Amino acid sequence: MQTFDLEAEGLRALNATLHAQSAHTNQTHWQIINPKGSHAIAVGLDAPIEVNIKGSTGYYCAGMNKQATVHVHGSVGPGTAENMMSGMVVVEGDASQYAGATGHGGTLVIKGNASSRCGISMKGIDIIVHGNIGHMSAFMAQSGNLVVCGDAGDALGDSIYEARLFVRGSVKSLGADCIEKEMRPEHVAILEELLERGQCDAKASEFRRYGSARQLYNFNIDNAY
Amino acid sequence: MCGIVGLFLKDAGLQPELGTLLTDMLITMTDRGPDSAGIAIYGEETTGNAKLTVQSNTPDTDFDTLDNDLRKRIRGKVTMTTKDTHAVLSLQADQVATARQVLLEIRPNVRVMSHGSTLEIYKEVGLPKDVAERFDIRKMSGTHGIGHTRMATESAVTTMGAHPFNTGIDQCLVHNGSLSNHNSLRRKLRRLGVHIETENDTEVGAAYLTWKMQTGATLGEALTSSLDDLDGFFTFVVGTRDGFGVVRDPIACKPAVMAETDQFVAFGSEYRALVNLPGIENAKVWEPEPATVYFWSHTHSPTAKAA
Repeated sequence: MQTFDLEAEGLRALNATLHAQSAHTNQTHWQIINPKGSHAIAVGLDAPIEVNIKGSTGYYCAGMNKQATVHVHGSVGPGTAENMMSGMVVVEGDASQYAGATGHGGTLVIKGNASSRCGISMKGIDIIVHGNIGHMSAFMAQSGNLVVCGDAGDALGDSIYEARLFVRGSVKSLGADCIEKEMRPEHVAILEELLERGQCDAKASEFRRYGSARQLYNFNIDNAY
Repeated sequence: MCGIVGLFLKDAGLQPELGTLLTDMLITMTDRGPDSAGIAIYGEETTGNAKLTVQSNTPDTDFDTLDNDLRKRIRGKVTMTTKDTHAVLSLQADQVATARQVLLEIRPNVRVMSHGSTLEIYKEVGLPKDVAERFDIRKMSGTHGIGHTRMATESAVTTMGAHPFNTGIDQCLVHNGSLSNHNSLRRKLRRLGVHIETENDTEVGAAYLTWKMQTGATLGEALTSSLDDLDGFFTFVVGTRDGFGVVRDPIACKPAVMAETDQFVAFGSEYRALVNLPGIENAKVWEPEPATVYFWSHTHSPTAKAA
């Protein structure tokens, strides 16, 4: 395993080193020490490597991730795993606003709570949150799955296109054009797989499903204010 | 952008280090705003006395015989400590109003930064490290304090546009964000007789809170009503004589992180600001909820009230 001291060696050196790893690298395990809330740690990775960050991070950790597994042993700042393409990001603590925003693929697991705008404009990413999520989460979500084992804040799924939202606890309010939907056997199967991937022992039967009413797809004068 | 920090000490043993801890927290936030910086420190109190922290761009001439001149006019005790462009005048609490009138007359270029029994505010244009050095903030002890580093968006980069803003006796405010209805609110408050000096949005926010409290609201009530009356983005941290409060607008796009241990409660725009505090590894760290007013105080247990 390679250990990288971020405080001693700096952010540019870290990301350049991680970017230099190819699909055939022998150095598949990395540990980053002294992150101290720094921004843009392990951003833009594109190799099947595993990166363990020992502490909390600032803005944009693991943004644009492809293939890599990034595991944060702490809490994360705004925009974590933003625009992720593939791979996996696991956060042991809490996540600040817009975690997993615009993500196209891959899996984001947040073991604590996520704050506002989680999964905003998600485009195929799967997000599993063990705790609660804040307001305006999954705003304009287009594709993918958002699983919330706790409660959801105001305006969940506002102006949602497609994407499945599974919430175990309460939903403070649903956003425009977001409605509760029937949990059919195929949804239970999808959710069971997501919960397993998200290392979560909640039962799929305890969740409700929310999604798009599809009333905002086309211009309709009755939607104008 | 803008960066805000706040530190409230529960452990009196840390009081001599307040200035150093707060300075380091603020320096970490430098890249959130390089325009101006300021720190409010709640320090020692002398019974019956008040402190006026004043500022001048020409301190050599303005502060030269200021204590003597003031003493003669108000016929009371005045002591003065100068630090660079700022001076702290200590005088009898019941003579403050007279002293402020006299100041306007005898030193028209001197501006009052703060008025309080324990509060002192130091602020200038420049980077946090330079501003803290000019006023020797590291050597200051105290019970709690707040700091701000500014990226100006709504008005000019000047000393008077720097934060913290004094909102009342021993009260001050720092702001991350921008208010969009500050022009109409300024006109409204001026019509009501509230003095507002600059075109700065936060000064209007501060004047609004002052006005609310002068017309009967508690600080908590004033902060709660600010959620209805102020339009725009804000994370506010307010300092009071006993502690500090935090409130974020309902959209809450301006960042905020809090940490609490047995020794302190700390606020930072980012977690980075908190990483060197003693025992941070084991602190409870969380993000304050939107539209919720939080208070920590030396005299009351902590509160969090959804507005």
